[in-house]
Amino acid sequence: MSAGAHIGEAKSVRAPAPIGLLAELTHRCPLQCPYCSNPLALEGVASELPTQTWIDVLAQAARLGVLQLHLSGGEPTVRRDLEQIVMAAAKAGLYSNLITAAVLLTRERLQALAEAGLDHVQISIQAPDPGNADGVAHYPGGHAKKLQVADWVREIGLPLTINAPLYRQNLDSLPAIIELAERVGAQRLEVAHVQYYGWALQNRSALMPTRDQVMRSADVVAQARERLKGVLVIDFVAPDYYASRPKPCMGGWGRGIINITPSGKVLPCHAAESIPGLMFDNVRERPLREIWLASDAFQKFRGLQWMREPCRSCAYREIDWGGCRCQALAFTGAAENADPACAKSAHHNAFTRLAETESSGASPPFVYRRPAKKRTVA
Amino acid sequence: MSDGRAARVLIGPLSKPVLPRHVKLRRDAARDRWTILAPERVFAPDAIALAVLQLCDGARTTDDIAEQLAHSYTAPKTQILADVVAMLQDLADKGVVQA
Repeated sequence: MSAGAHIGEAKSVRAPAPIGLLAELTHRCPLQCPYCSNPLALEGVASELPTQTWIDVLAQAARLGVLQLHLSGGEPTVRRDLEQIVMAAAKAGLYSNLITAAVLLTRERLQALAEAGLDHVQISIQAPDPGNADGVAHYPGGHAKKLQVADWVREIGLPLTINAPLYRQNLDSLPAIIELAERVGAQRLEVAHVQYYGWALQNRSALMPTRDQVMRSADVVAQARERLKGVLVIDFVAPDYYASRPKPCMGGWGRGIINITPSGKVLPCHAAESIPGLMFDNVRERPLREIWLASDAFQKFRGLQWMREPCRSCAYREIDWGGCRCQALAFTGAAENADPACAKSAHHNAFTRLAETESSGASPPFVYRRPAKKRTVA
Repeated sequence: MSDGRAARVLIGPLSKPVLPRHVKLRRDAARDRWTILAPERVFAPDAIALAVLQLCDGARTTDDIAEQLAHSYTAPKTQILADVVAMLQDLADKGVVQA
């Protein structure tokens, strides 16, 4: 996906038109998955953007060049105005993708969303079997409900993606996850090694897979892709910790993707708030176009001028864009450093050793994703 | 849960290719080009792919499409048919075309 067109001048670095908008409609979620990439400080319902603001933001996004809208969270279906938001997306010409845990959906609501113009449904699963899946999500009956909703999606005629994060406890079940996606008639399967941000970072030592597990998972995916050509598209997100090259995080900072939080903060990536000192604009206060082109947070790591060595002179600098800023900060202490997933990083060996150490030990208990308890006023 | 296993779509001269409902061929005004929108995918078709896709209406066969293109481009139909079948098979494997 290359966005070649330019849309006016930014203050210092020219910005291509954004192609995707990740709309985190809420941080509320009935599940408590310990690998969630939401921040530990979850935004509360009182701070969520009102319907009309989302409707306006979607129209702005389309005018800015956004083609694909990902409705996410938290769990987006907790919002009772989701149909209105989907309708606004369709009106603006955005391709809408509902990223859902599915446990709250009814057939009637799914039908209403389809009629509102929803283009695609993506259902997450935690593991291929109810026991493990419901245990990790801390939600009894959740897995069975997800399979029921998958049936409805197919009956209604919407395209279906099954999405499964991969981690130590479910990685050896990858063949069964692929089999499940086939059985429910998904057109696409996304199997993504957990990215360690937010709650997942908190649970890293419990979730980290071994190197052997990771190598086997790549083979399983390669074989399944061959066998299921033309039947099931499999997208595989490789893990960082045993890699030698970093991923081009978000396709490069401020190059194609916009993330909006439930309260309206506009981020270059969903973990960007972990970087201290970045100033985030809010869609309640500034037009999206201005934020994309000129805001401090988007300009900070856009392009190449922020890079230090080894990125600055690297032949891959416009391929991987230095990897992930949040991971660089979390592991090396400076967001301007190379992502430690890169073999050229001075921190790379320590990064790999950490994964080997954590994955070889016993898994500590999960810290489940839950909002902080509110202090009640007496 | 029912079994919803799908089979691979195979494109031949008598297939009647069409874009599935959830795949959208749209003008992308911001980038001044055509675009194909699909789940988690954005494709930018070149002029030839665009000419083929605009003829995929579920009524014309691949053979009809090749015939029409051979006429428009004054090129031998057998070569065009082979190219069109290969292109549509690739798009079918990506989930962009059904028949």
